[in-house]
Amino acid sequence: MALNISYFAWVRERMGTADEVVDLPVGITDLTALLSWLAARDARGALAFAEPQRIRAAIDGVMMGPGAPLAGAREVALFPPVTGG
Amino acid sequence: MIRVAMQAAAIDVGAELDLHDAGGHGASASFIGRVRGDDGLVELFLEHHPVMTEAGLGDLAHAAADRWQLAALTLIHRVGAMAPGDTIVLVLASSPHRSEALAACEFLIDRLKTDVMLWKRETFEDGRAAWVEARMGDEVRAERWG
Repeated sequence: MALNISYFAWVRERMGTADEVVDLPVGITDLTALLSWLAARDARGALAFAEPQRIRAAIDGVMMGPGAPLAGAREVALFPPVTGG
Repeated sequence: MIRVAMQAAAIDVGAELDLHDAGGHGASASFIGRVRGDDGLVELFLEHHPVMTEAGLGDLAHAAADRWQLAALTLIHRVGAMAPGDTIVLVLASSPHRSEALAACEFLIDRLKTDVMLWKRETFEDGRAAWVEARMGDEVRAERWG
């Protein structure tokens, strides 16, 4: 399954890109699995996703918890806890 | 009237207050967040999401308007590079009653800190740069509002 992933703040810096299109392997069906897969994929992913509890996510523009399913998702945004205001 | 904006340009507090106040309201509460120049900070950069940041500001504004009786509401957040003293965020809430104006203003700034997709990066005079860490206290304050 092709999936657009965008990264923000220090996640973007550690990944070395603002966005990419990935071909998800079979079995990567929720956000938790996606973070584990990205962490295992390469050194950049390992650096960005070493502490998955520090990562927040949105699927197609809606904030989602760690166990959220990826079925039907077009775009996933991955980012640290927000710090505006 | 609800006015929500996310902008790279400086926030003109006086002009925004005039616009917000047009017609006059019984009670107006304001929150102005400014860049602090602590520890030799030379630049504060606010990163945002091209779609979700402004949508998040709009959702918050409408949540406040649903919860309190508001005659006018202004919520403006700056993005991009800022210097110490610059205004980062402006919240104006007006109501016939002061308690509603004050509560709405506090709700908006508390929830903005935890709900809207914005990230601060600080750069200091020695060249060091670091992303600001989210504070647990901010989550506690935001959760008080349910």
